[in-house]
Amino acid sequence: MSRLPLIGLLAATLVGANIAAAEEPVLHVYNWSDYIADEVLQQFQEETGIKVVYDVYDSNEVLEAKLLAGHSGYDLVFPTARPFAQRHIKAGIYRKVDKTRLANYGNLDPVIMKGLVDLDPGNEHVVPYMWGTTSIGYNAAKVNERLGADAPKDTWALMFDPKVASRLADCGISLIDDPTEVFSAALVYLGKDPNSTAKADLDAATALLESVRPYIRYFHSSQYINDLANGDLCVAHGYSGDILQARDRAVEANNGVEVVLTIPREGAVAFVDVMAMPADAPHPENAHRLIDFLMGPEVIAKISDFVGYANAIPASLSLMDEAVRNNKGIFPPQEVLERLIAPAELDPAAQRSRTRAWTRVKAGR
Amino acid sequence: MPSPSLNKVLQRARRGLRQHLTPGRGAVASLPLLWLGLFFGLPFLIIARISLSEVVIGLPPYSALVDLAESGMLQVRLNFANFLLLWEDNLYLDAFANSVHVASVSTLICLLIGYPMALGITRVRESLRVPLLMLVILPFWTSFLIRVYAWIGILKGNGLISNVLMSLGLIDEPLHLLHTEFAVYLGIVYAYLPFMVLPLYATLSRMDNALLEAAADLGCRPLCAFWRVTVPLSLPGIIAGSLLVFVPAVGEFVIPDLLGGPDTLMIGKVLWTEFFNNRDWPVAASVAVALLALLVAPVLLFERFRERGQSE
Repeated sequence: MSRLPLIGLLAATLVGANIAAAEEPVLHVYNWSDYIADEVLQQFQEETGIKVVYDVYDSNEVLEAKLLAGHSGYDLVFPTARPFAQRHIKAGIYRKVDKTRLANYGNLDPVIMKGLVDLDPGNEHVVPYMWGTTSIGYNAAKVNERLGADAPKDTWALMFDPKVASRLADCGISLIDDPTEVFSAALVYLGKDPNSTAKADLDAATALLESVRPYIRYFHSSQYINDLANGDLCVAHGYSGDILQARDRAVEANNGVEVVLTIPREGAVAFVDVMAMPADAPHPENAHRLIDFLMGPEVIAKISDFVGYANAIPASLSLMDEAVRNNKGIFPPQEVLERLIAPAELDPAAQRSRTRAWTRVKAGR
Repeated sequence: MPSPSLNKVLQRARRGLRQHLTPGRGAVASLPLLWLGLFFGLPFLIIARISLSEVVIGLPPYSALVDLAESGMLQVRLNFANFLLLWEDNLYLDAFANSVHVASVSTLICLLIGYPMALGITRVRESLRVPLLMLVILPFWTSFLIRVYAWIGILKGNGLISNVLMSLGLIDEPLHLLHTEFAVYLGIVYAYLPFMVLPLYATLSRMDNALLEAAADLGCRPLCAFWRVTVPLSLPGIIAGSLLVFVPAVGEFVIPDLLGGPDTLMIGKVLWTEFFNNRDWPVAASVAVALLALLVAPVLLFERFRERGQSE
């Protein structure tokens, strides 16, 4: 019997012990609410023995403030690529991704990767997770009853035309509580550049929003999911997957509410949410393992089925539920894709003007 | 050669210092000072420093005040534009005025509810006082946030109040109580009432009942005795309670955010917007500094006025 294998085994054990000692089996994840399938997280914990501590937020602003303050304690976060991750990469708050540790890296959609190169040269810092649109979700029965079955629904007029919005106000209209999202939609409805920083455009959009302000029930970035599902809300400005989750919850509850997702014909904001590791992440090794796990086609297909967003792994498409794969709200046809818009990074002065106008719209002063 | 008056000042300072340095006494007195310095002075200096900087894209997202240029020249850059902005845009003064308004009304309501409560507790049997005080303090055993969320459940459209009133047939449509100014007042009064009751109880329970008997003997009816004896003697409690309610209520964020509507403009919310939407830490810090100045100045003046009143 040769002694060499034994030594090899011993060495391997030592190395293994070393790695385990280097990083405790814990991972702190900060992700959007309702943005993962629980079974997938459980599967990851069982396979790797890494305990995932999972926190959620419902706005990029909250995530950003934690990251900019430093020492957030998170290992993996899911910012929206534009303009958030774009700005974060410029500020240097993310660690570079070690692609050699990601066996599934080759699964990523080259088209999406190319679309991210301008904000992340060489795709060094972020890995795409899911993408979707900020669109409209509505309660089919209630809207048809008030506007007629033939009235167009795939338009921002549902919330931005006072004549239409006033007829829907009694059953409830909600807007996302985010100046970037709302002003982009209002500007595109007015036929203007959604990223315009011109004062005249901002004033026009503000006037438009003020004209429909009396018909808006509330401004919130996640409350509409439950309210649409329960039939407490008629029309919601919301994230496409969240609207589809509201639809699914209504189906599960069997309460007779039919929620429909529509991407407005005038155009809508498209977003890509990415995975990134803060530079001071305490467990980067474990974070890499979760990133790699989430690029596995079976895993990400399960998540897309559950959350109603398209992902960046083309090989997962054939593994998804047929209903998800064929949903035009999740995988829009080419002519709709061409109308999608990417929010640009605004300079601080332009951002301030938008936020100020947003406060004026909401608070009336 | 120091002038005589300066000499006197120096002498006094020396005496004060010696007194201060008396071992035990000095240590005891310096503890609260250390506490204040560490948890109030230092954080305030950090905020004041951020308020004089500029926004940058980076970590942290504001510029340095002092930097050593390559030439070895020490550069100090102070940016007062943030404070100018607070003047130029009426948003900040509006929000401040509205916060003061909401806090004042809430304080008054707390006083109107809290005073009879505190007085009542001092007038019951001795054995009942501790249980009653416990009931005042008991809500603190539950998280503040959970208690505010509970109000959402009570006030919302298909919540407790609306459902009960509808099942009684008193109303047909659910009431819109949540996300209104009313809900904000309700939340603040509910949350801060104990801060009013406790100091009031502390002063009222120390009051000598013989004074009321004397007033009665001198022909003052109970109501007159209340106004001319009880209220003036409980003034320190009224002031302490009112400050304990008013000051935190002005800067309150959680209650207006969860219970108030989008038109509830309060300074806490404005701060949030600056910090999160604009990512403008310097302006957010200036709002905080201005708020502190506007709040502390009247309180200090008031204290001084009171001290003078007492010494006379």
